[in-house]
Amino acid sequence: MVLTGAEIVIRCLQEEKVEYVFGYPGGSVLFIYDELFKQDKVRHILVRHEQGAVHAADGYARSTEKVGVALVTSGPGVTNAVTGIATAYMDSIPMVIISGQVPTAYIGQDAFQEVDTVGITRPCVKHNFLVKDIQELASTIKKAFYLAQSGRPGPVLVDIPKDISAMKCEYAYPKSVPMRSYNPVTKGHQGQIKKAVQLLLEAKRPMIYTGGGVILSDAADKLIKLVKQLGYPVTNTLMGLGGYPATDKQFVGMLGMHGTYEANMAMQHCDVLLAVGARFDDRVIGNPANFAEVPRKIIHIDIDPSSISKRVKVDVPIVGDLPEVLDDLSKLIAASSDRPDEKAVKTWWKQIDEWRGKDCLKYDRKSKIIKPQHVIEKLYEVTKGEAFVTSDVGQHQMWAAQYYKFDKPRRWMNSGGLGTMGFGLPAAMGVQLAHPGSPVACVTGEGSIQMCIQELSTCKQYRLPVKIVLLNNGFLGMVRQWQQLFHGNRYAESYVDALPDFVKLAESYGHVGMRVEKPGDVEGALKEAFKRKDDLVFLDFAIDPTENVYPMVQGGKGLTEMILSEEL
Amino acid sequence: MRHVISLLIENEAGALSRVTGLFSARAYNIESLTVAPTEDPSMSRITIVSVGSDDIIEQITKQLNKLIEVIKVVDISEAAHIERELMLVKVRATGKDREEMKRMSEIFRGRIIDVTETTYVIELTGNTAKLDSFIEAIDRSLILETVRTGVCGIGRGDRILKV
Repeated sequence: MVLTGAEIVIRCLQEEKVEYVFGYPGGSVLFIYDELFKQDKVRHILVRHEQGAVHAADGYARSTEKVGVALVTSGPGVTNAVTGIATAYMDSIPMVIISGQVPTAYIGQDAFQEVDTVGITRPCVKHNFLVKDIQELASTIKKAFYLAQSGRPGPVLVDIPKDISAMKCEYAYPKSVPMRSYNPVTKGHQGQIKKAVQLLLEAKRPMIYTGGGVILSDAADKLIKLVKQLGYPVTNTLMGLGGYPATDKQFVGMLGMHGTYEANMAMQHCDVLLAVGARFDDRVIGNPANFAEVPRKIIHIDIDPSSISKRVKVDVPIVGDLPEVLDDLSKLIAASSDRPDEKAVKTWWKQIDEWRGKDCLKYDRKSKIIKPQHVIEKLYEVTKGEAFVTSDVGQHQMWAAQYYKFDKPRRWMNSGGLGTMGFGLPAAMGVQLAHPGSPVACVTGEGSIQMCIQELSTCKQYRLPVKIVLLNNGFLGMVRQWQQLFHGNRYAESYVDALPDFVKLAESYGHVGMRVEKPGDVEGALKEAFKRKDDLVFLDFAIDPTENVYPMVQGGKGLTEMILSEEL
Repeated sequence: MRHVISLLIENEAGALSRVTGLFSARAYNIESLTVAPTEDPSMSRITIVSVGSDDIIEQITKQLNKLIEVIKVVDISEAAHIERELMLVKVRATGKDREEMKRMSEIFRGRIIDVTETTYVIELTGNTAKLDSFIEAIDRSLILETVRTGVCGIGRGDRILKV
């Protein structure tokens, strides 16, 4: 059948069973929008800024196992989208971005709304394409979806010149698109897996450390099985929260810069470390030289070979798809005649429980000013731990990660890699669309929320009853915390003067706003907000402006050099 | 350590910029880079000379492999291999220097491929060290212009880089 380029784009999206496209129209994508208009299978969500479109597609993808899709026009449409694309790239989120481009004949002429999209996005996509021949349009889109969700996932961009979307050609959607240069490994090396089992069973002070890979590959069930089988302690990275139930006793909390005392101590002092879908990044292990001071054997499972031995030397590298590899490990352990060294592991647990005894997340519960930790704890209670929680970036993000106990994967959406302020609200829109009827909370700060505040309008248009939990301390809190601790209390530009009245702001967008100033009112306000199932409720909590996130490992220091709240 | 990395890549628009972009984004070093299509015009072969510790070179090869359009990557300097580079040198060739230049070119097994009343263009192939020594051996003040292709390399014997 002969179709136009724009018709082909929509057909391809339908073939990929895309429910939602998040986008913003403009000159170069008018033919595509015209075709969107003529059908109702693929729903378009009109955001208020292209960054919001990409974050929304991102939130949609993170909270489901599906690919997020965004559609933007050429030039500023693309440059606005770049922050969102880079955010998704850093966290390996499967996404397809379709961008309009000026007509083929105009490319390179500095045409109106022209940018070198492929060039600008190259360092922050898994791959990108400029479609110059309509014959290749359908196969390119197929490739984009395949690349986005296979191997280590990531955003893939397809740039489509306007004339291509108007041209006609014979259409057939390819069933598969073989690429000789792209064959991700899925099955782990059996010899290495055997070695890993041996190391794990010989361990005296074992530790399991898991990251975002467990969430992305839907490996949580297999991970839980393995951890239970071994009886070893487990920690999650910021990206990996929910990969292992936070309420389970084998869970020692998040590790890293703001990880728990017990998680960081156990990570540093273990003798065998099993790393699963995590990448030893600077916020997780601190300074690699300090980390290497204690000798330990490291087993590292990852789909991406370049993540292995990048920052830390690994003894047993296993490249493969996590569910398969974890399954292989479980089976081999079950079949082995050896068992974990019960006595040694018991002693190790005793040590860990001693570290736990420090109660590193304690805070002043009798405070007359609202403590942010209290808000998150109440949020957890009121939502019974069942909410989908998105966050922005800063102190509130860390408090959410520390105090909301995620028991399930895909419930915690945050920009861990790029650290993008402005992510939370648009991401929550994508999550809410993917899970209509489920409670969705966006934990944010008064700095971050203002970076994509315009999306309140989108929420109104599509009736997205997101609950915004604003921890308002009047400061760019994390910046202020660093300035307090490392820059002699000089709060350079971290005080945010002239904040809007968020209640009125929410109301002006047609939503419900609430200001909460007393600790005793926190729970009631949250209950009231979540009772309003059809309304977006904007909760503005006036929190203690002096509160800091602890424990804290200063950038460049070793994991055990933690600043604890009690020491101040 | 100096390494010679060879790779096969889809011969597509923009593929080379993915390779060079990777090196600049990750602060890897490029000493030289050559690229041209292979006998199969759908593929190009790139030879990159880079300097770095073993860890960095391992990361470079892994990161190159991760590029979607890269088909194969080999560090050919890990084993016996041959390196060649082509250099064209334009020199002043007048008076007694004219004979001297011709002699030097012959010693280095070069060829004079362009002659005017005052200049020669000398073509020279060899490994990097040989070309460097030629430059050292002739009178620097007579060099008008040099152009070098950068290294291309191939494994010896049975070591073959092919799809």
